[in-house]
Order: sequence, then C-alpha cells, then structure tokens
Amino acid sequence: MKLLGKVVKYGDDVNTDFIIPGKYLVLTDPRELAKHAMEGIDPSFIEKSKDAIIVAGKNFGCGSSREQAPISLKYSGTKAIVAKSFARIFYRNAINIGLPVLECEDLWDLVRDGDELMLDLKSGKITNLTSNVSTQAQPLPEFILELIEIGGLLNKLKKAKV
Amino acid sequence: MANIIEKILSKASNREQVFPGEIVEAKIDCAMINEITGHLTIKYFHELEAKEVWDKDRIVMVLDHTIPAGSVEAAELHKIMREFAREQKIKSFYDVGRGGISHQVMIEKGHVKPGDVVVGADSHTCTYGAVGAFSTGIGSTEMAAVFITGRLWFKVPKVIEIKVNGNFRKFVTPKDLFLKVAKILGVSGANYRGLEFKGSTIRDMSIAGRMTICNMAIEVGAKAGIVEADEKTLEYLKGRTSDQFFIAKSDKDAEYERSLDLYVDDLPPLVSCPDAVDNVKPVAEVEGIELDQVFIGSCTNGRMEDLRLVADILKGKKVSDRTRLIIIPASQDVFLDALKEGLIETFLLSGANVANPTCGACYGGHLGVLASGEVCLSTTNRNFIGRMGSTKSKVYLASPATAAVSAIKGFITDPTSFKGD
Repeated sequence: MKLLGKVVKYGDDVNTDFIIPGKYLVLTDPRELAKHAMEGIDPSFIEKSKDAIIVAGKNFGCGSSREQAPISLKYSGTKAIVAKSFARIFYRNAINIGLPVLECEDLWDLVRDGDELMLDLKSGKITNLTSNVSTQAQPLPEFILELIEIGGLLNKLKKAKV
Repeated sequence: MANIIEKILSKASNREQVFPGEIVEAKIDCAMINEITGHLTIKYFHELEAKEVWDKDRIVMVLDHTIPAGSVEAAELHKIMREFAREQKIKSFYDVGRGGISHQVMIEKGHVKPGDVVVGADSHTCTYGAVGAFSTGIGSTEMAAVFITGRLWFKVPKVIEIKVNGNFRKFVTPKDLFLKVAKILGVSGANYRGLEFKGSTIRDMSIAGRMTICNMAIEVGAKAGIVEADEKTLEYLKGRTSDQFFIAKSDKDAEYERSLDLYVDDLPPLVSCPDAVDNVKPVAEVEGIELDQVFIGSCTNGRMEDLRLVADILKGKKVSDRTRLIIIPASQDVFLDALKEGLIETFLLSGANVANPTCGACYGGHLGVLASGEVCLSTTNRNFIGRMGSTKSKVYLASPATAAVSAIKGFITDPTSFKGD
C-alpha cells in the first residue's frame, strides 16, 4: 500500500486538545469535526489538509482518549502521520479507524512543509520526492497493516461476520 | 518474579506468566463510557448490527462531560446514552444528578475491585489503579468491540517502580508528589509503560490520594498507574462491593524497567506551569503571578479529602477581589457529604462559585471557561494551550491547598508560607 502526500510539519507533544479542542466534542458529524482539525495549534491546517502527510516529533497525540482526534484528521483529508513517536491511546485509535501511523526518527529532519512524500506502508520506506531523499520507518506488524488496509477495526469486524 | 501488572494480565488472559512486550488477550471485568466518547461506541455497536452487549452487568455508563446539558448537541449525546442503557438494560447508568465524574463514580460505587482489568473510553481511566486494578483508557471503536466480545488485546507493559518514603509537610499533598514524578519522567517518559507506586508514603496515603497519583499517570504517557491493595483498600471497599476479588502483589524479585526513589519530607508545594504538565517548578518560584480564576475540582482533586483541606484554609476568609474561585465536587456523593459537613457553606461564604459535579471546566467545555489573556490556577490534570478555553489563556496546575491559598491572595501563593491573612 503506497501513499502520496504533502508534508505538514509539527513539533513534539502535539496533544489531542490541539488536534480537536474539547468544545467540539459534542459534534457528531465527522465532516464537521474535520473543519476544526488542528485548530488548537494551527487554524490554517484545513487549507492544507487535503492529501496531507503530517510529520511530527515525539509523543504525537498525547492527552485524551478522544477518537475524535484521529477522526477529524482522517476526514480533513490527511493521508497519514509519521512521527518520532506516538502516545499510545492515539496510536491505537488511529489504527482502529484506519488512519495510517508510522514511527520514524529521521524523517523530521529530512522534510520541509509542502515537500512531496511517498510512503510504502508495507516496507516502511519513505521517499521525499521533492529532495529525492529516502529513509526507513518502522514497518507495521502484519495485523496492523491488515487493519489499516481494510479501513479499520469496524470494517474488520463487519467482514468477519459475513 | 512477576510484578503486579504482569500478575493481573496473566490471570485475565488465563496464562501462567506473561512478559513485557508480549501481546495478550484479556477478559474485561468492567467497561465504562461517558457521553463524549460513548455515543461513538453506541453508533459502532449498532453499525455492527450487534444485538446484545456481552454482559450488561459489567458495563457502566456515566454522563459527566456536560452536566446538565448546556446545548442541544450535548443533550442529544445524553439522549443516545439514555436510550442505549434502556435498550440494553444496563443498570449502572448514571444520569444527570445520579453520579458525577465517571472516575470518581467508578471507585466510590464499587465498580472496580483489586485485580480487575478495567477499560474506559476516557484517558483518565488509569485512576482505578488506586484500588489495585489494572485500568486504562481506550478509544470508542475498541470499546464497541469490548461491548460485543468482553475481551481486548494488550501489550504487556514494562513497569517503572516509584518508591516513595517520608511524610508530607503540612499543605503538601499527593498532587505535589505526582508533579515531582512528572518533572522527573517528562510528558512522554512513561509512554507505553505502567507505573507502580509503593513505599511508606503510599501505604499512609488515603484512597483519595492514591486516586490523584494514579489519575495523572497518563500525563507522563503511562498506560496505567497502580498501587497494591492493602488494609486501607479493604476498608474503603467495605459496603461498596460484595463481589469476590483477588489481591495481586508484586513479587520481591519482580522486574522493573526502572526505579525511582523519592523522599517527600522536604518536598515543597509544586506547580506545573504553562503549557506542559512536566514544566514543574516550586510554587515559591512563581509566587505573585496574578490569577483571574482559581478552579478546584475534577477527577484529579475533587474529593472530600481535597475539599476538607480547601475548607480549612477558606474558613472565615474571603476570595480576593482580584480573582474568582470555582469549586466543583467530583460526584453527587461528594457534594452531599461536603454539604453535610458544612464545607459548601464555608465555600459560599468565602465568595466561591460552587457548581454541580461535571468535567466541564477541566476540558474547556463549560462552568469555568477562560477568556483570552486570562490566567487560571487549577487542581486539574492538563495545562495544554487552550485546554480550559481560549488558546490565549494560561493554566497552572497545583494542589487544592495551593489553589485555596492562592484564591485568598489573588495570586499564586505557597501555602506553606501562608500565615492566614
């Protein structure tokens, strides 16, 4: 599974209140949530969210268990997140809703906002098409890759029933 | 040679022994949702065309984030929860006026026992380690799977042992202890790990204090915080649960990834400064910062022990004209006890605004939202930018003692140097 997208870069400890502020948690429509994605840290994010690949530092998604955080990113058009590390609840939530998340130490130093990236989820290879530099993320375990490819846990459970 | 978390997870997964890094499928003893995350779980449950939850007596549903409903949107979420509880015949549904903040309700109503594996669709589910349970926060989708199967996979975490000895000085509290831990470990220092608190200070600590330190385990990224159950736990559980349970204890030669040795005799009151929980300094170092709002409450510090401490300080005093004080008991039971003990009267006479149990102010929802440029000292657990309202507001986190004294002065004040005027 290969993904193409444009880099939107953030630093360390991007928390779930940045990704979707608490006041929006009463919204039930994912498209409405998406309008406020990253509003707590970057109100201009939605202008560049289509086909975005977020590249972030350590501990991305720390804080709350709100699944609305990865949901708002997914529906904003974000294709994947590559971070130095993730907070554990966000990591599980993202996979469970089918939003690809990769851990990679080096990428942050190799990209600039707007660079074009190609991700190979299976091998973990990441290529910066703008600067023609490649690096390697931790490949996803088979069962996680499978969850992402099928579009999340819900789809997997639906399929299992048929 | 197993630690407490390994023992609980091996029992729940029907295994002789488990090791850090292993993935196990555990049986869930109790699962909790609130309205903010639970409405999604219910939606997915229906999308999966599931007919019945796996065990209606092991599910607890609590309305707590917006109590009472402050908007049509919030009311709709309450309605979804109410209808699901009725449809699935879930008895442990805490409607408006019946429960309070979920994490307080889960413990005080006896839904959590030592040795249990508990999941909640809220990150502060880690609070229940206070009674010797393994508890952790999960997302709404996984919760739908738990509602159907009663099982969930976990990676057995590495555990950090935190040994705490000594006695707190007057006006130094378990909250200050955790802020010290946060300063040492950092906001991601325990990511994917468990924290086991032990030592004489922990043995002497009330269940309320243990709840405070386990509650904040997530603020250093931890999967769970836990304290081995002891006589205090058994005493607390009397009359709250009649179910059988097992008390898991770490073996003497249990393995830990890392050990911290802390002594609290000289621990000063601490404050977590904007905009990260690990940006911790002695209160004395930031004394004098003017406050627009002081907030006392939440799943971290809204219990009777906290409110008694606050009332002792506020008795016969007035909140400074420079600031406003908002006090929210963690549950209806706490509210009633505080009323009976006269604490609520003390708060009202001091000029505090007392409101009903809810998570509202802590996450910037309602009942204490901050305007741009405002500064708040709060007994809650997060001070991220915008957490309590405007992205241009600032939040300092501290203990109830520091909060009460600072409310009287109108600026951040070290409670250990407070002379009562």
